[in-house]
Amino acid sequence: MKSHFYEYRKFVLAGIALVIVLCYIVRLAFLQLSDGEYKTRADDNAFFNNVIFPARGVIYDRNGELLVFNQPAYDIMVIMREVHNLDTLDFCKTIGITRDFFDKRMATIKNIDKNPGYSTYTPQLFMPQISAEEYGVFQEKLFRFHGFYIRERTIRRYATDHCAHILGDVAEVSQKEVDNDDYYSPGDYIGKQGVERSYEPELRGIKGVQILLRDARGRIQGHYRNGALDRKPVPGKNLTLSIDAKLQALGERLMEGKMGAIVAIEPKTGEILCMVSSPSYDPHRMEGKQRGEQMLEMQRDPMKPMLNRAISGTYPPGSTFKTSQGLTFLQEGIITPSTAFPCYRGFVTKGMRVGCHGHGSPLPLIPAIATSCNGYFCWGLYHMLNNRKQYKNIQEAMTTWKDYMVSMGFGYRLGVDLPGEARGMIPNADYYDRRLGQWNALGVISIAIGQGEVTLTPLQIANLGATIANRGYYITPHIVKAIEGGHIADSLKVKHETKVEKKYYDMVAEGMRKAVLGGTCRSANTSMYEVCGKTGTAQNRGKDHSAFMGFAPKDDPKIAIAVYVENGGFGATFGVPIGALMMEQYINGQLSPGSEARAASFQSRHIDYGTRER
Amino acid sequence: MIVQEQGSKGIFLSIDWVTILLYVILIVWGWFSVCGACYDYNNPDLFSWETNSGKQIVWAGTSLVLAAVLMLIEKRFYDTAAYVIYGAMMLLLLVTIFIAPDTKGSRSWLPIGSTMKIQPAEFAKFAVALALAKLMDTYGFSIRKTKDIGIAIGLIVFPMLLIIGQKETGSALVYFAFFLMLYREGMTGSLLFTGFACVVYFVVGLKFSGDHIANMPVSIGEFTVLLLAMIFTISMVWVYCHNTTAVKWMSIGCFGGTLLTMIFSIYVIPFNVCYVMLGLCILMAGYIIWLALYTRVVRYALIALFAIGSTAFFYITDTLFEHLDDHQRIRIEVLLGMKEDLRGAGYNVNQAKIAIGSGGLTGKGFLNGTQTKLRYVPEQHTDFIFCTVGEEEGFIGSAGVLIVYLLFIWRLIAVAERQTDTMGRVYGYCVLSIFLFHLFINVGMVLGLTPVIGIPLPFFSYGGSSLWGFTLLLFIFLRMDAERNLKRQ
Repeated sequence: MKSHFYEYRKFVLAGIALVIVLCYIVRLAFLQLSDGEYKTRADDNAFFNNVIFPARGVIYDRNGELLVFNQPAYDIMVIMREVHNLDTLDFCKTIGITRDFFDKRMATIKNIDKNPGYSTYTPQLFMPQISAEEYGVFQEKLFRFHGFYIRERTIRRYATDHCAHILGDVAEVSQKEVDNDDYYSPGDYIGKQGVERSYEPELRGIKGVQILLRDARGRIQGHYRNGALDRKPVPGKNLTLSIDAKLQALGERLMEGKMGAIVAIEPKTGEILCMVSSPSYDPHRMEGKQRGEQMLEMQRDPMKPMLNRAISGTYPPGSTFKTSQGLTFLQEGIITPSTAFPCYRGFVTKGMRVGCHGHGSPLPLIPAIATSCNGYFCWGLYHMLNNRKQYKNIQEAMTTWKDYMVSMGFGYRLGVDLPGEARGMIPNADYYDRRLGQWNALGVISIAIGQGEVTLTPLQIANLGATIANRGYYITPHIVKAIEGGHIADSLKVKHETKVEKKYYDMVAEGMRKAVLGGTCRSANTSMYEVCGKTGTAQNRGKDHSAFMGFAPKDDPKIAIAVYVENGGFGATFGVPIGALMMEQYINGQLSPGSEARAASFQSRHIDYGTRER
Repeated sequence: MIVQEQGSKGIFLSIDWVTILLYVILIVWGWFSVCGACYDYNNPDLFSWETNSGKQIVWAGTSLVLAAVLMLIEKRFYDTAAYVIYGAMMLLLLVTIFIAPDTKGSRSWLPIGSTMKIQPAEFAKFAVALALAKLMDTYGFSIRKTKDIGIAIGLIVFPMLLIIGQKETGSALVYFAFFLMLYREGMTGSLLFTGFACVVYFVVGLKFSGDHIANMPVSIGEFTVLLLAMIFTISMVWVYCHNTTAVKWMSIGCFGGTLLTMIFSIYVIPFNVCYVMLGLCILMAGYIIWLALYTRVVRYALIALFAIGSTAFFYITDTLFEHLDDHQRIRIEVLLGMKEDLRGAGYNVNQAKIAIGSGGLTGKGFLNGTQTKLRYVPEQHTDFIFCTVGEEEGFIGSAGVLIVYLLFIWRLIAVAERQTDTMGRVYGYCVLSIFLFHLFINVGMVLGLTPVIGIPLPFFSYGGSSLWGFTLLLFIFLRMDAERNLKRQ
């Protein structure tokens, strides 16, 4: 048979079969035995992690008054392939949209470029956060709108019209936040400002997850392993703020039409009792879907209502700063309680003059504080910086001075539990060396009276008051009093001792008492309790800033306060009376009728700031 | 009568039980895979008539009945009826084009009753195999005679055209498998080689057409194809004509010339080296034609034809490719790995790779695969059934399936070779070539190595038509084999 000549070709064919099978086995090994890449991609395909959002913690004030809570919101979802026989006109009327909007919205959902996860089988967001009233009407007609569903979600609501800067707000995470923290996925909510931001990890809780099996069309086919690997969400922790909502409300009332800040601290604990920044805004503006445009509007406002001036604004402290100078000079032995410096309507030497107002001369420390004598503190710093017995050179003297200031909480962030705290400015020797080259005490003398390079935040001024009230120490000021089921950070309980002894603080407190009894703060005097205070009138390019720092009662202080009114003139004009009203409100729990009348009059006294950019 | 009774007894003893064992292994293994691919979370009963796995049991059972019936039909019947069967099947294929309803663009499914439908193309293969076997068993048939080979190729091409008419190009391509049989029966190997060369030119030429050799205006694809054409041609002169002098001069001319031009292009003026190479190819072809005329050896002329054909083929496909429809071009580009198109044409292959790759060494276990069950792989119970094997049984299972297939095909080669007449051997090679081709294309497609051509994996893919078709093909051969020890009456 002729074909036997070609019988060898059976080996060729058997060989072809062998080569094919071997090639495929190698390929299989390459696919299946290499790395886990395909496994991961298979899991991404098949497992749908249905995230269950925990309830965000709610926020109370120090007396248990509810400030922030959650409210269910309703998103309208649509499953495209289930939509049929839709009465579009009725649908649009029910949720109050135009036909045009409806068509555009549907087109956007179907556009893969704008909506990358689009599938006709899965629910797509048609309209976010409709109100409860709209929901009510919509739900009645829902059975007629095939393919439309309601998804419940919670939004943040505010029970108060105040505390906007403290509370902050929540909004969808930005891409950067998603990249930085594995916890977040696009579409999640995150605290953006205030306590909502600084206590985000406590407030948000822990997301739960259901692991579902999803088919190629995005339809859910059931629970993976009957839910054995599912996790329940852990609700967020509730916060109790140290804020007194009534005090805060009064503060915001008093600051109406003025720019500036009020900060009150409970000296013993460092708890912040109120933190007013003016101008402020109604926190309700940050609720729900209007947040974006409201933010934009406020960001454009030249008065910058979004800025929390209490911690982000830095101001010359003016005369309130003199207390810290007196303490430093006493401790360093530059002065004794009886040292008196002359003041002839100011500090006058070698062609240099820092003006002062009329009062007796020469005078020692306590009356100098009471009358807020510029000359006294300028002389004090002058003698300190020029003291070559104690300090090798002016740099060393300056460094010593700076160390005192820092020990009192100036020049660095205090570490308050709110985002956006500023440092303020305490110059040091280096700074002057660089800036001025050759320099002497006279060139920098204005820092002794809280002018020049020195700036503090209103919080730091209030903290100075708390330190004097405590006679020599302060607790890190903080805004959260308690976390339900948790503890506040240890860093918020640290007791900071200053470099000055208690006995000198007693003297300064005495001076502040005298200022109230017969000095610059007379209008803060009351028979109900012993008030200590210090005015400040800070010079700046425009009209002077009006400041007040004080605490009460003198011997068992319950409240230390700083008031700062931009361009308010003398400290006694706005600072002192506002501070007095605030202390009365907190210590008595209410205002007397007379005080109420005064409060009303201050509420209506507005300062014209023009429209200049700040 | 007496002869026949003795025959029946002899036949039972002569049945090739090894093949039948492998056949049963493949069918049972296939059923488990169909279970995995069709498992429905809402309907977990594997034996229910509502599920594909339940139906597949019925197809397998009826296949066994069919197999038993086939063992009763004598070889003599096929010998007599081969052409009639062929004619009838061709008529059926022709009629199908016109009466079959449009199913996903193809007109190849004939409805039977209200729920069932069959695909005549699956049954036409055995008819073509029988006709070829009968033809080549004819006294005086010689594969070297142009007329004879022409008729044989005609028998193959005619049903291909009809099936292409049904818009089932994939099924039509299967008929190329018969060329393997023709090769075994003595068709010149250079034809197979030419086919191989065409595929290499096409793939290499297109895949690297956009890439350039470092800093030179030379397409890697074009350069490689021309170089391969030179190498193939010179090798053919060496192998078929044993003319070492010519080989020497052609090598020096082609490779030396190419090298010199490249050096010139790199160091003097950069230009497209391929123009020179094309010229060298034409010179080489001219030289071989001169050799043909001078020595009067026809082989030279054929080799020259190969050389010219090679270059022409490359430039023609290149031009045609540019003029293809977008979706066809993209499909080819995706197949060649030139484009990543995971949502479009590359989706199937990519999902198949994910499913198989996620199986790992030992797989996820029976019914535990997620990719196929959740329908990420399209056609996962028919053409892409091998994904389920890969996902649920892992490397061990899928390599195991391939090895069983290899044993099956080797066994069929051995059985075909022991046939005492040409008809049995030709038919046997037809059968095994078809199985080999299906295995090659189907598994290759799932692994992303061959084009996505919708043909089933025998015994694994779900479906009655294909299972019956393959059973028919195989058991006619097994019956023929069982008669090998009988003397012809």
